[in-house]
Amino acid sequence: MSKFLSQYGSEIATLTLEHLWLTSAAMLLAAAVAIPAGIALTRAPNWAKPVITVANILQTIPSLAMFGFLLPIPWLGDRAARIAILALTAYALLPILRNTYAGIRAIDPAITEVARALGLTDRQLLFKVQLPLAASFILAGLRTATVTCVGIATIAAAVGAGGLGELIFRGVASVDNRLVLAGAIPAAVLALAADAALGLLERHFRMPGK
Amino acid sequence: MPTAIEFREVSFATVQGKLLLDRISLTVEAGTITAILGRSGSGKTTLMRTVNRMVEPTSGQVLVSENPVQEENIIQLRRGMGYVIQETGLFPHFSIERNVTLVLEAESRPRDERARRSQELLTAVGLDPASFAIRYPHQLSGGQRQRVGLARALAAEPKILLMDEPFGALDPLTRAEMQDMLRDLMSRLKKTVLLVTHDLDEALYLASRIVLLEEGKLIANLTPTDFLRSSQPEIVSYISAFHRGEKAKAE
Repeated sequence: MSKFLSQYGSEIATLTLEHLWLTSAAMLLAAAVAIPAGIALTRAPNWAKPVITVANILQTIPSLAMFGFLLPIPWLGDRAARIAILALTAYALLPILRNTYAGIRAIDPAITEVARALGLTDRQLLFKVQLPLAASFILAGLRTATVTCVGIATIAAAVGAGGLGELIFRGVASVDNRLVLAGAIPAAVLALAADAALGLLERHFRMPGK
Repeated sequence: MPTAIEFREVSFATVQGKLLLDRISLTVEAGTITAILGRSGSGKTTLMRTVNRMVEPTSGQVLVSENPVQEENIIQLRRGMGYVIQETGLFPHFSIERNVTLVLEAESRPRDERARRSQELLTAVGLDPASFAIRYPHQLSGGQRQRVGLARALAAEPKILLMDEPFGALDPLTRAEMQDMLRDLMSRLKKTVLLVTHDLDEALYLASRIVLLEEGKLIANLTPTDFLRSSQPEIVSYISAFHRGEKAKAE
């Protein structure tokens, strides 16, 4: 065991960092797209169904196929990490988008009504009332998306994007369970840690009294 | 008395073409309480909401201090009017102090001014600032929440107060307390109040004018005394719908 760790320890650390980087980059990108999109959908609810359906379809594409589809695209295909990040972003969109939209829609209409009637501008309504009230919903979406992405990111190794999947694929190819576990355990720990951290944040934003 | 609010032939139809307000003309004197009575769906709330442009009339004009509201900046117009609704609409994520002074916050007034104003307002509506300012809406009773709602409506020192069945969800005793508080407060502050209600007692107790709407039409605009004396059939049937228990036992 200690021999195994001294042999692979530094590699595991590097790949864990790589994994973390792929996932975080994708999450940031997805949040930057999906949160504003979710807000926009609450202003134009007619679009909500078609847009959420598209995000839903993206979600159903098998991850290995998604990585494969993106491979021949110029610029993107040059670097495996780009493909991985884009694919992971696509998977993260739906939970964030859906929760942002649902979170804002779930706000008591009387509250929005009063906020408008008191003379809040659209901006003030959004930042002082709607986003804080929907924050725990949005964070719950981010949480689901992050945990999913940490898992899917292991498959990114199939296109050479690195991450902990590298160890898993190598372990499978060489029928070495220790290598498989060396990839799978840190990936699971990452997922659990992200889940716990975002869970704490989510509780922080939960309404007083709930 | 100068005119505070004037409705000129105000009509409103929904997108489906249902007429909710039918050419309503009405003037409201400054510093008075006008009750708008009528059954559910008579257009009372819609009429009130044309004043702060939460509803834009399909035709006709609403004037506030002789200026058409359609020509005013909508944000400034709304900040200049208090608004109280039955469900209160307090912001659950804000302390009572922040709820009360949100309009001032929206206008970027300094923090110490907001704190001072919140103290004055909470005191004015009968809540002890020392114990209430830091609480949250869910920690308050229905009556206390309504007091906070009223304090919030008064925060920016509006000349006009729009109240949509503010005490409708309260038990009779709390409602009576709130009515007394409002009456005292308004006799001191001299605001122009539009009070939408379906409670005849409340209208008689608080208002100096009673307006009756039916199916979007203005049926009457009378003083409480004239309203009670009126022989107009719509008014008579409205009045006879109240205190039926007492009447039945008296017979």
